[in-house]
This record gives sequence, C-alpha cells and structure tokens, in this order.
Amino acid sequence: MNGLKFSRKQLGIPYAVFLIAFVVVPLLLITLYAFTKKVPADKATFTIAGESVSFAVSNFSDFFSKSANIRVLFVSFGLAIITTIVSLFIAYPVAYILSKTKFNKGGVLLVLFILPLWINFVLRTAAMKELLYFVGMYKSNSFSFINTLIGMVYDYLPFVIMPLYSVLVKIDKSYAEASADLGAKPVTTFLSVTLPLSMPGIVSAISMVLLPTTTSYVISDTLGNGNVTIVGKIIETQFLTMDNWHAGSTIALVLLVIIFLSMFLSGKFTEEEDESAGRANLW
Amino acid sequence: MSDKIIELVGISKEFDGGTLAVSDFNLHVNRGEFVTFLGPSGCGKTTTLRMIAGFEIPTSGKILLNGKDITNLPPYLRPVNTVFQRYALFPHLNVYDNIAFGLKLKKIKTTSKDKNGNVIEKFEHLKKSEIDEKVSRALKMVDLEEFEKRKVTTLSGGQQQRIAIARAIVNEPEILLLDEPLGALDLKMRKDMQLELKDMQRKLGITFIYVTHDQEEALTMSDRIVVMKDGEVQQIGTPQDIYNEPTNAFVADFIGESNIYNGTIVGDRKVRFINKVFDCVDDFEINAKVDVVVRPEDVEIVKPEEGIVSGQIVSSIFKGVHYEMIMMVGKSEVMIQSTKEVKVGDTIGIRVSPDNIHIMKRDFVSNVYDGYIDKINKVHFAEGAFECDVTQLYPGSHLDSEGYVITTAGEKIDLTNVPVRVEVGLKDIEIIDNDEDGDARGSIISIVYKGDHYQIIICTDEEEEEIVCDTEYLWNENDRVSVKIPKDKIKLTLKAVEKK
Repeated sequence: MNGLKFSRKQLGIPYAVFLIAFVVVPLLLITLYAFTKKVPADKATFTIAGESVSFAVSNFSDFFSKSANIRVLFVSFGLAIITTIVSLFIAYPVAYILSKTKFNKGGVLLVLFILPLWINFVLRTAAMKELLYFVGMYKSNSFSFINTLIGMVYDYLPFVIMPLYSVLVKIDKSYAEASADLGAKPVTTFLSVTLPLSMPGIVSAISMVLLPTTTSYVISDTLGNGNVTIVGKIIETQFLTMDNWHAGSTIALVLLVIIFLSMFLSGKFTEEEDESAGRANLW
Repeated sequence: MSDKIIELVGISKEFDGGTLAVSDFNLHVNRGEFVTFLGPSGCGKTTTLRMIAGFEIPTSGKILLNGKDITNLPPYLRPVNTVFQRYALFPHLNVYDNIAFGLKLKKIKTTSKDKNGNVIEKFEHLKKSEIDEKVSRALKMVDLEEFEKRKVTTLSGGQQQRIAIARAIVNEPEILLLDEPLGALDLKMRKDMQLELKDMQRKLGITFIYVTHDQEEALTMSDRIVVMKDGEVQQIGTPQDIYNEPTNAFVADFIGESNIYNGTIVGDRKVRFINKVFDCVDDFEINAKVDVVVRPEDVEIVKPEEGIVSGQIVSSIFKGVHYEMIMMVGKSEVMIQSTKEVKVGDTIGIRVSPDNIHIMKRDFVSNVYDGYIDKINKVHFAEGAFECDVTQLYPGSHLDSEGYVITTAGEKIDLTNVPVRVEVGLKDIEIIDNDEDGDARGSIISIVYKGDHYQIIICTDEEEEEIVCDTEYLWNENDRVSVKIPKDKIKLTLKAVEKK
C-alpha cells in the first residue's frame, strides 16, 4: 500500500509536463517566430527548422502598416463584441427561466439547449447556410455580415447559456425574497439583486465567447460569402497558404495581447464591483 | 393595546403534489405583541410565516392586516419585514447598502404648495442624509456602529444576524417576521440575543411574529405561543398556559420534560395511573381513558411510607440546578427533578399535588378504519390485507367449505367487497422490524413515551393511514416496519350500507 502513496507534488508532475509541452513551449515558439524574420543565409543569426532567420520587429510594423489588416482587426472585434452582446441578451432570459426548476424538470430543457454542441460544428454551420439560403438572406451580399453574426450567435449560444445557468441556479432564492420583502418590485429585484449576483456567470460567458469568435473563420467563410474576413482567416492564410509562419505568429500574438488586455480590464471591473462573487469562474 | 393588527382566518396551504402544509389556521395578533409559532420541523410554522410575508399564497382562507384583506398582495406591497433563517444578506453589497436597501426604495408622501397656493402631493425618495441617519441609528440599535463599510461576507454569524435585524427594522415595519433567526448561533449568543430581541421589541413597539422549534426560546420571549403539529394548531396561549395546562399529550411532550401516562378515571376527580389512584382536579366521566401529564419538577419526594407510591431510584444525573432522577414504579418510569439528590438504589415515596396532575382526553383508544372484505375473506385496510374472522359479522354464523358465511338462518352470504368498519386495539398490534413479514407496512412517524411503554404511530406509504400501537420496545422515528395483527383481535362491524 505504501508504494501507492504520492505526495501532492508528485501527482502534479504529469500536468506540469502537459502544460510545458502544450502551452508554455508553443507560446514561446509563437513569440520566437513573431520576433524573427526569414533572411538569406549569410545574414542569419540562427536557424529554426532549417530556416535561416534573424531577430526583427518588422513583422509588427508590416502588419500594422497595412490598412486591410487593421480593418480585419476591427471587423473581427466588432463581430466578436456584437456576437457576445446578442448572445448574452438571448441566453440570459433562457438561463434565467431554466434555472427555475418549475420549467426545467430534470434538466431536460437545459440538455435540449446544449444538445447542438454534440453535433459537428461544420455541419451545423453548413445547415445554417442552407437555412439562410432558404429564407433568402444568403443570396444578397448585403446580408453577409448579418449572416455571419447569426451563425456565430447560433454556434456559441450554448457556451453562454451554460455558465449563466450554473451561476443563476446557485443563487439562493431567499435573496430575491429578501429584496421583495424590503419593498422592491420584481424589476428592481432583478436589476439590483439577481443581475449583480450573476455577474460571475456573465464574465465567464464573455470569456468563453469573445476570443473564439475572433478566430472561428469557418463560420465567416461559410456564411460570409467571402465578404467577411476575420483575424482567424488571415492567420490561416499566412500559415497554410503563404507559408509565412513569422507573419502568422505575429498576428496570433497581437490577438493574444488584445484579448489578454480586455480580460484583464473586465476582471478588474468586476473585482471592483464585488470582491467575493466577482471571480470569473469558468464552469 | 388589544387592537388586532393581523388576523389569519381559516388559512390552509396545500403544495403542488397534495401535501397539506397548514390546515385551517386561525389566529389574531394584537399590536405590539410577541407571538411565537412553535413546533417540530415540518409542522407548517414557516409556511404560515411565509404566507404572512407574502411569499406563499394560501390555498384557502384570508389574511387581514388592520382589517384589510392582504391575502393576495405581493410581498413588496406589505408593510411587513422578515428576518430570514440564513439572513439572506446581499453578498454583493456592503453593510450600509444592505441596510439602506429598503430605505432607498421607499417613497414618502410630501405635500407642498405651488405658486398658486394649490397643495401638491408628491411621492419622493428619502434624502441621502435621512437614509444615513436611519442606517446609523439601526446599526447603533444592534451595536455595530463602525461596520457600515464592511463586506457582509466578512462578518461573523452573530454580526450577520444583527445586520439582518437592522435591515428589517430600519424600514419601521408594522410587523416583523423572524424565521428561526437564532438557529445558527451558539448557545451563549442565542441566550443573549433572545433577551436583546425581546428588549428591542419592547422599545420599538413593533409586533413580532417569531418562528422556532426551540421550546425554551419560545417560553422566554413570547407573549403568546402557537404550538403547531402537522399543519394544525394544537394550542394557543401564554407561555404559562402552554406549560401548565397543555391541551394534549403532544403539547406536554413538546414543551418541557414530562411524564406522560395512560390513565383511567376511577371516581369523582380520581385518576388511576402507574397502578395507583391519585386525586386530581379535572372532572371527567368515570372510566374515561385519559393521558396524564406530570411535570418532573412537580413530583415531591417523601419518605417511602408517606408517598402515594414508592419505588427505587435507578438513575440520577446532575443537571446544574437540579438532579434528574428516574424512579421505577412497577414497569413505569417516573422522572423526578429535585434539588435534593437521592442516590441510585434508594427507595423513596412520591406525591403529586392534585393541581399538578394534568389530565387530557386520550387521543386514541383504538384504531378505527374503513375496510372491505376480499374474495378469500381477508379484510383490507391501512394498505394491507389481514386474516380475520368474518363470522363475527353475523352472530352464530359459520363458514362453509367454499368460504361463504352461513348465518344461523341458513342464509348464504357472499362477503366479497363488502365494506366494513375495522377496530384494532393499540396493544394488539405487533410491530415487525422488516418490510416483508407483516400484513401492512409503513414508517414510524411519532414516538411518545408513556411511562411503561411507547406509543408509536406508523404511517402507511400511499394513503397515509395511521396505525397507532402501544409497545414496550423502543423503535426509531422513520424506521420502516410492518405490522401483524392476530386474527381474533380484529373487530369487524358491517357498515350501514351493507347491500350492494
């Protein structure tokens, strides 16, 4: 029996190895690629994977100097923010109603809302395309952005419902009762008690949706009719079409920094509002 | 002082699924009174409180506040505030904002005159300075002056409890409802808070309706106590009334320690229990079966030859102020509380003065059910099928070979599906610690010790029929048991409608 005892440190080793191999090293590699440039062999400082490179920051200036790239960044984040907001507005009432057990006996309704997640993502997007074609929205180019938005919201809705639901279902109903008892009408109770108490769920939902929507170019490719280009798409082009890993890594790094900053700011914001409940706990 | 502030008229509450939480609850509470709902968990006391607060709507009955019907009024329109069991302080707000929550929502009527001298009535929110003042006054009331900016999550249980009270009283409600507010506190703090709450209630002059399962708490604080069991009011009265004159064995057992015995009235104001005849003050018909309650502290210890009954002390425990001793009289135990210690093994006599013997009409003398006979002459009742002697339905009759009853007149009677009244004595029921072996089954829902035996109530699963039995053996509440009844102990009588 003694041989089976591990200290907590020892049990952590596989996870540490995993994290180093699949998170830390790739991140370092991305950073390395972003800050290097392919040069002729005589000017090279070192070689990566048989490619002679030298350090350079020109990748960044190249990226930011092209107005097309800036436009893509704006479109991506615009789309991501709108998707997040629309999803929240749709998902909140759904999660709120589902969290009242009266409507969600045995969690069946919740499962129905989550069920689409178990169907292949590309298939779902293709089905949405057919649906949009059927209602006539796909034929016109002026609907490209809206179509992409619809696809994004549809695909990411379960990721918004889940964290909201799991926070709302845990809020003790005595808080709402106490609020009503103190004279608050149902709307006031919602705005000043239920909504603030569900902030962790909202923050968690935002972090689940904001970054993926900037990069899931399958949706914009399928539904955008070639009119909507998002960051994910240009990263893909750099890596797979242009075979320029340096430029691709640069964009990925820029994206990472922007997302990190926005999460940091939103985390700061909720922490100020409430220290105890404001932790963005991912479900 | 005695004007009614709230009246509950015939309140009943049935939850989805058919559980009757409260049935036919009638009560009026006077202005400035401290009323306590007391009972074991699940007796409907919290449900009743929630109906007054407006969180539950009664299935039937009316709630009148100052004579106005508020039965269907939502909680936010009622001039009533609640202190919740687990406080329900808003975790995202600090102490100040928690207490000011109600005040910020409040609108008060102000009158002013415009240029033309017309009186304008306006509803205005309280000014910030007024709110500040009220909050600090409420905090002072609960001795937490410096806590305004603190997070509620950083407070101890006792502090949170005080904040919850402050949050409720700051709105100056007409009635303050308290749902077991001291349940989460330790004993010492609970005792302190009991006195503080009572003091606060006196100072503020607010009507308090208090829910607890702690009988001592109820006796300490209340002007009147409502004792409840299974959704029904057992007794309403002052703490003294409830303690000294309990209306039934349940109340006596629930409020304080008591000796409860089965007794029989044997003469004019004479009652026999533990095999001795005692004088009493209550007048019942001779031979009436009664419950006799004697408080342990009312038992006087005398020399063996001077007592009405004598016996040996079998246990003696020091309880601080007094000794708690158990004396055996035959098979019955008598609990005695006295400041004088008697050693285990000593023989003493006891006396009880007649006005300390409380006599109540007996709840059950026998079990009575509606049942029917099946094809094989078994009788069905209480969700079970029992062997029985069906010939008792027709005196002098006998059974033929096919199982039909042949009366003395030679008439052949088919008893299949005939409804009957079934009577079974309490002592004739055998309890089996096994679901399978008996003829009917259920769970034990109540156990009352009656001196030399336990009175057990078994509740069947589906139709919730109660089977009351007397047994010497101790069972546990919620035990799954089945019962057997000897064939000759089942008394059958035909129901009035005997012909189909």
